[in-house]
Amino acid sequence: MTNVTAVTGEPAALAGEEGRGPPAPASMLDAARLVLLRDLKLAFRRRGQLVQPLAFFAMVTTLFPLAVSPELSRLREVAPGVLWVAALLASLLALEFLFRDDAHDGTLEQYSLSGQPLTWLMLAKTVTHWLLTGAPLALMAPLAALSLGAPGASVPGIVICVAVGTVALSLIGSIGAALTLGIRRSGVLLALLTLPLSLPVLIFGARATELAIRGSAYGAPLELLAAMAILGITLAPLAAAAGVRISLE
Amino acid sequence: MAYEGLGAEDLHLWRGERHVLDGVAFTLPPGFCLHVAGANGSGKTTLLRAVCGLLYAETGRILWNGRDVSEDLPAFHSGLMYIGHEPPLKSDLSALENLRYWLGVRRRLTHSLLEGALQRVGASAWSDRPVRTLSAGQKRRVALAALSLALVPLWLLDEPTTNLDTAGQQLVGTLIEEQLARGGLVLAATHQELPVARERVKRLELAVD
Repeated sequence: MTNVTAVTGEPAALAGEEGRGPPAPASMLDAARLVLLRDLKLAFRRRGQLVQPLAFFAMVTTLFPLAVSPELSRLREVAPGVLWVAALLASLLALEFLFRDDAHDGTLEQYSLSGQPLTWLMLAKTVTHWLLTGAPLALMAPLAALSLGAPGASVPGIVICVAVGTVALSLIGSIGAALTLGIRRSGVLLALLTLPLSLPVLIFGARATELAIRGSAYGAPLELLAAMAILGITLAPLAAAAGVRISLE
Repeated sequence: MAYEGLGAEDLHLWRGERHVLDGVAFTLPPGFCLHVAGANGSGKTTLLRAVCGLLYAETGRILWNGRDVSEDLPAFHSGLMYIGHEPPLKSDLSALENLRYWLGVRRRLTHSLLEGALQRVGASAWSDRPVRTLSAGQKRRVALAALSLALVPLWLLDEPTTNLDTAGQQLVGTLIEEQLARGGLVLAATHQELPVARERVKRLELAVD
């Protein structure tokens, strides 16, 4: 046992800490902040994954005028639909990565054994996912809309609609991503699971955007979108946490 | 039955047709280490995962200080650390960042605590390198640092000495003995002998179904 001291270095540092009694547990807010920071940091270390859905969105919305017709009046009519289908598919593309790496390296296991509510940590992860895909999409959407002939005055409306709608999409997607964790090549199944649930968001999102582009009041469909997002915030993390627990078995 | 420590009563768990855990029972008082032994496929990992609640046993219950843990799982979880075959580290983050995010979810940490724990396991020199550049033994050492930082009463360790050099294996022994000395409990599933004083170790032999 003589060389143990050489390896262990300074046990005094830890012994001193123990002297002060049990460690202070992390608050729920601290835990959520750390989950969020960790995912943001990881995303910026691996930018390829971050850019992929945004590049997809940009490609779809710029290819459309080439394929349909360069006439602005006609483009303006299809603009809301194009925007929302592209946004829906782009957010679906990013969903596969939401929990996959964490499931692989055992991070989800540690989250579920951390003593913190797993539901709360899932909400933190989903919020991060929205910050990394939904928020940039909301900022890119007006650019795409302008290139499709939408008037400049409609920009704030479009940003709000896409921002609120993608919150709902991220939350719905988190359920599907958690449920398909145990399955290899889960992409198609994930799409099949989440697309039907996402349809109301697509319908009301496109409607609100259409009204915003026309310059009329878009409050009513936007409020429905917001209602879906709030319903998602309250229920989706519960379902996602249950899905993760099942996949850990 | 007010009983200090960890206990398992009549655990049964099936995986499809295989009866992996067949009436496993043990009691472990504070300050003792349970060495879970058995051949490959005898259910050592399954037992560890069932005890910490990652797997649900069909029948039987886990007792922690005399109470069924399913009554309050979060409280039970905040008192245990489970480290599986692979240390749960993010390959794109450094050892220090990994520890901060992993343990920070459980307890408040300061930078000096993190540095101290990394120094303890001999990781100071490479604590800012991305984990993907580390060897399997080095990753194991980072996991040991996490273990000592958590300061929880119950450790569940799956093959804690794999990939470690002789000094590293002795470090595992020292850490376990310190944990036992402060009244903690350790469940370790391993094929090798644990580098821990024998009178502190109970043995549980699992048989292949």
